[in-house]
Amino acid sequence: MMERLTVAERQMAMLLTAIVAMAGVLLGVIGRGDAMGVHGWITFIFAGALFFVVGNALYAAPPTEDRTISYYDDPTKIGILLSLFWAVIAMGMGVWVAAQLAWPELRFDAAWSSFGRIRPVHTSGVIFGFGGNALIATSYHVMQRTSRARLAGHVSPWFVLLGFNLFCIVAASGYLMGITQSKEYAEPEWYADIWLVIVWVAYFVLYMRTLARRNEPHIYVANWYYLAFILVVAVLHIVNNLAVPASFGAAKSYSAFSGVQDAMTQWWYGHNAVAFFLTAGFLGMLYYFLPKRAERPIYSYRLSILSFWGIVFFYIWAGSHHLHYTAVPQWVQTLGMTFSVMLLVPSWASAGNALMTLNGAWGKVRDDATLRFMMVAAVFYGLSTFEGSFMAVRAVNSLSHYTDWTIGHVHAGAMGWVALITFGSIYAVVPILWRKESMYSWKLVEWHFWLALSGTVVYVFAMWNSGIIQGLMWRTYSESGTLAYSFTDTLVAMHPYYVARTIGGAMFLAGAIIGSFNVVMTIRNVREGTPEQDFPTRSEAGEPAVPAAE
Amino acid sequence: MTILHLLIPITLLMGMVGLLAFFWSLRTQQYEDLAGDAERILHDDDTPMPPRRKEEIK
Repeated sequence: MMERLTVAERQMAMLLTAIVAMAGVLLGVIGRGDAMGVHGWITFIFAGALFFVVGNALYAAPPTEDRTISYYDDPTKIGILLSLFWAVIAMGMGVWVAAQLAWPELRFDAAWSSFGRIRPVHTSGVIFGFGGNALIATSYHVMQRTSRARLAGHVSPWFVLLGFNLFCIVAASGYLMGITQSKEYAEPEWYADIWLVIVWVAYFVLYMRTLARRNEPHIYVANWYYLAFILVVAVLHIVNNLAVPASFGAAKSYSAFSGVQDAMTQWWYGHNAVAFFLTAGFLGMLYYFLPKRAERPIYSYRLSILSFWGIVFFYIWAGSHHLHYTAVPQWVQTLGMTFSVMLLVPSWASAGNALMTLNGAWGKVRDDATLRFMMVAAVFYGLSTFEGSFMAVRAVNSLSHYTDWTIGHVHAGAMGWVALITFGSIYAVVPILWRKESMYSWKLVEWHFWLALSGTVVYVFAMWNSGIIQGLMWRTYSESGTLAYSFTDTLVAMHPYYVARTIGGAMFLAGAIIGSFNVVMTIRNVREGTPEQDFPTRSEAGEPAVPAAE
Repeated sequence: MTILHLLIPITLLMGMVGLLAFFWSLRTQQYEDLAGDAERILHDDDTPMPPRRKEEIK
């Protein structure tokens, strides 16, 4: 992979890794005696190892080919592999967490393995490790193809990808050591947050620079979705993580806001993390890979653009629906509820658009499990956005909030929508990236599909049942006006569903393991060749249909 | 709820950025050929790319 970098770029990469390694040493020294010091040394080892990887190839032959006539896919490839690696780790953690809730003795009495520590490893691992790497990798792929331009730069794509993974490692290892600022999906402490800002700004600059050198005058709608994801996540991350470190020598910090102010900021962040990390970015994936795979253009391109602007302008106001019946003023709750209901329109426009694109190509959906992943993802996107709007209504929320119904809703979105569209996109892109004839085994893709789908259905139905039972038990009064059930009664009632959830999650994990195996075998064992399905037409190869920039 | 004095302006500002981006896309004629735009992503080949415009090669 180094042979594609010029000597100057290799030197640049060595300089960057050296700076990060030194920053790690600094963190290790001033944070000694605290868990922050451990993170310093983790950073040092991570960046130091990369320093030697680059340095080892410093004097290898420089690239001879003309680099502007091909796409730069090396970072995409590594990103896809990292995404699958995190998927197996994080979903494995998820199954363990689920099993702990059914059988608490599985904690084995260690501090690091308690529910409060390994649950964020699961959530961050899936959202950032699996989802984030998949988003970065596919965004590199999509922006190059739709712009017909090579990535702007050869070092910054690596800086973004590997820097982001350093953040993920620091986050996950921190949780196990008990480092958290107790903000959902934003648990890492101040120094990790600062690092993510640097990485994210580099990502934004890279994306803008690549778009600026596009040979295709039109910016395809998927790029708008990716761009909204990058830009909005940056702003949300910065505002929600405003905090004052208790001391610069330790991890602990205090939020700049207190009480309900902090809660409002957190859910303004939290809901928009769902909106722009788990929705906008993955819609970018959907709008590129689904038409490509189905070999037909999106049903209504006009509608895809309309729903993009709808999502951009509506989503950001919906966060306060997480704080119904709290100290947040009633009008703020109502505002969040109203925008949540309005969101149904652009959400269903996207889901319907995806399904209408497949209308007339159902034969392909039947035969091709990869396309079926994307089809079912669109269905789950429609289902979970409807459920989300419904649950945001205050009266419904009074039953659903704080129960397992919320967990069921999140997983309908995360497993049914986010993970399925990601796996579908990975199966579509792997043969193209590695120039293979096909995937190693289509049978295994089928196995993965059915395991993932049935795992999701088992999981979500278990949590719906559990959540509604729980919510109803909490609000049942006896004739004398006291609560009819104790908290322990609800736990006993939920136990069978917790067992079912563990089984559903294990099925989903098995699918992810099969998928990772299939990808690795494709890279290692399949003959090189041009995958026929992935090249809809070879006529007028690479000619833009419209002359560039008149 | 003093936090709203921070969150609402930031949100409006982000909306403004979105609006400006939308106006930019209208002004640069991004939406002139929607059918062609949707179709063209299907027609790309993976390699080689079209040669870059001369003035951009540095």
